[in-house]
Amino acid sequence: MTIDWKNYQLKSFFDELIDEQGRPRPHGKKLAQFLSELSDTDLNGARAAADFAIKEMGITFTVYGEGSSIDRAWPMDIIPRIIANREWQKVEVGLKQRVKALNMFIDDLYHDQKIIKDGIFPKELLDKSVNFRQQCVGINPPHNIWAHICGSDLVRDGDGTMYVLEDNLRVPSGVSYMLENRSVMKRVFPEMFEHIDILPVNDYPSQLFDMLCDMSPRSQDTPEVVVLTPGIFNSAYFEHCYLAQEMGCELVEGRDLQVNDDDCVYMKTVNGLRRVDVIYRRIDDLFIDPEAFLPDSTLGVPGLMRAWRAGNVALVNAPGAGVADDKVIYTYVPQMIEYYLSEKIQLPNVETYRCYEKDDYKYVIENIEKLVVKPANESGGYGLLIGPNSTRQEQQECIERIKADPRNYIAQPTLSLSTVPTLDGDNTEGRHVDLRPFVLSSGQQTYVTTGGLTRVALIKGSLVVNSSQGGGSKDTWIIDGENG
Amino acid sequence: MLSRVAETLYWMARHVERAENVARLVNVNNLLLMDLPKGVSPGWEPLVHIIGSHEIYLKHYSDFSEKNVLAYMTLDPNNPSSILNSLRAARENTRTVREIVPRQVWESINSLYLYVKDHGNDINSKRNRFAHLKHIIDSALMIFGTLDATINHDDGYTFIRFGSILERADMTTRIMDVRSATMRNIPADLPFENIQWMSVLRSLSAYQMYRQEMGVRLRPEDILEFMLLSPSFPRAILFCLNKLKSLVENLPNNIEMLERIDHSIDDLKAQDITQLKGLVMHDYIDELQIDLADIHLQLAKQYFLK
Repeated sequence: MTIDWKNYQLKSFFDELIDEQGRPRPHGKKLAQFLSELSDTDLNGARAAADFAIKEMGITFTVYGEGSSIDRAWPMDIIPRIIANREWQKVEVGLKQRVKALNMFIDDLYHDQKIIKDGIFPKELLDKSVNFRQQCVGINPPHNIWAHICGSDLVRDGDGTMYVLEDNLRVPSGVSYMLENRSVMKRVFPEMFEHIDILPVNDYPSQLFDMLCDMSPRSQDTPEVVVLTPGIFNSAYFEHCYLAQEMGCELVEGRDLQVNDDDCVYMKTVNGLRRVDVIYRRIDDLFIDPEAFLPDSTLGVPGLMRAWRAGNVALVNAPGAGVADDKVIYTYVPQMIEYYLSEKIQLPNVETYRCYEKDDYKYVIENIEKLVVKPANESGGYGLLIGPNSTRQEQQECIERIKADPRNYIAQPTLSLSTVPTLDGDNTEGRHVDLRPFVLSSGQQTYVTTGGLTRVALIKGSLVVNSSQGGGSKDTWIIDGENG
Repeated sequence: MLSRVAETLYWMARHVERAENVARLVNVNNLLLMDLPKGVSPGWEPLVHIIGSHEIYLKHYSDFSEKNVLAYMTLDPNNPSSILNSLRAARENTRTVREIVPRQVWESINSLYLYVKDHGNDINSKRNRFAHLKHIIDSALMIFGTLDATINHDDGYTFIRFGSILERADMTTRIMDVRSATMRNIPADLPFENIQWMSVLRSLSAYQMYRQEMGVRLRPEDILEFMLLSPSFPRAILFCLNKLKSLVENLPNNIEMLERIDHSIDDLKAQDITQLKGLVMHDYIDELQIDLADIHLQLAKQYFLK
């Protein structure tokens, strides 16, 4: 299986490493050469070493409903996905612009709703939004930032353009895998790091910590920052631990915290109660405070919203930020950028049909076999219909769902996602990928991860990259210099 | 330190310590049986008594054959103290405090668990048995060594040490109880008595240290005195209680804890070792075990999440 790039199947997709003529792209020359010099034994050895490292390091993810097996080894392919730094610089600018506008939009929605009054954004959409929280109206979080951490999914289409597929503003996950993929790669292919200018990624935890500290309501040098997890059975538990560990702060569960009559949050320690300033919460809005939201939630902390409203604790991301994490609202991002920033959008959206609009609705129903249909508020790839890969019956069922609730569905043309060479048994073949960079906003500054988490659909021809549905991941290299 | 985390660290340490102790126990019994003629041999049954799960055992097995007891001690999911179950519990505990525990420690616990899970059958081969158990013991020691050398010696570490030492003291009392019971049934002049007492010491890794501290002769009273009252041997009860006390001195709000431990120490020192024979011995060990359980309860009441 020694890799021969001349025989690498390109089909009609844009490949991230190899161009249409079967030659490595300029920033991928060294990588392609390195890979083609590896023997079968080398490649198999590297793959085994990576699998072993992942198992030994205990890098896991969880799939719901697997009974006793609550964690599975994280699937990572050892061939990295590369992006030239020159291109990445532009992506970064586009992401910062996008997240800035999204934060202004959320803040506007919870205050004067100017964007609605000015007729840019339809009020009906807000009325039917699942993630708009009445409880958040009028609240002023520090620096007016609501979505401190945003994970936007990027895809590259056949023409080589990078598009934003969706923005994850509730509790986006995956960043720990980005960091762990890099540590595995450093163990497995140390030589590559010697010869190729690969930009480091491991700055993220300290950037995250700094941002969290900036949110503290008390001005002191070291505010008490905690990560709030739903617990060990959550699918992203590994990540919650990982980030708390990297930042050196407490990982707490709801039962570790309490809100006292002074509307301050305390954690229960062996020394007694200790005040908490900033909570990086990885629990969904509806579960964080049984007083304010679902009364029977046992994951949350009674009174947390009270403490937040009083300005005694910072919640990251702010409750209610998920209002913009809605695939219908996503379609308005270009207008938001124009409205709030008077700028043109730099990173384009994928063309999207809004099923609640008459013409779009008709088009979607008539062309469903060509489209990808998504519910507006699901994540993890749940409820998705990929037209070309679906049966008549599935399409019919999907149409019924859209008819019942057009507001909550959008459709997009089926993109021919770019590919990256990926090991499959004894072959190296192109597999479709996306990319999830993470953006941190503190109000004073914005930080974008160097690259992000590349997810790959390990199954041949598949476009679904979610780890819960047979997806894997790759290390992502931003390569400096002209000739990588 | 969060109360929940303190509790988790405590149990993590107890479980690793227990896995190590059970591995020691099996190993020493294995070696002992090779030295004893069939007629005298206590066989494998005492191990099941030592870990206190005779009843559960008999629900699943009809005899105390080597194969059955080994399976029960090492891998059986029905045995709460089997090596695999202890390591699974240690691993689950560690998973919930991964952010506190040094990465290398998590990796060691994880890989020891995976090792025992994947190499479970090594125990059945007489030839591999020793190496298998030694690997478990060495890994546990490495885990504690790594902790000592890499984690902050703060409250969290205090709870780790506390869990480990309390578990160790508990195992010492169990071994003394069961072994002395088996020996009571053997006429004192039998030539193999020495070998059995040596094995009691060996299950506590105490043989060499006993020789150094107590002299060359193996006398039952001296052995009991050493195991109960040595202030310098790390598995002796007095040593463990002293250590627990000094650990608690570092903790906040510790008055009741200190009183509780002092009480046990005073009791222990007041014992007349020469009287500890037969049933008196058994009753006293019972008392000691209740004491250790009380120390745990007091700790939980004072510091753990309610």
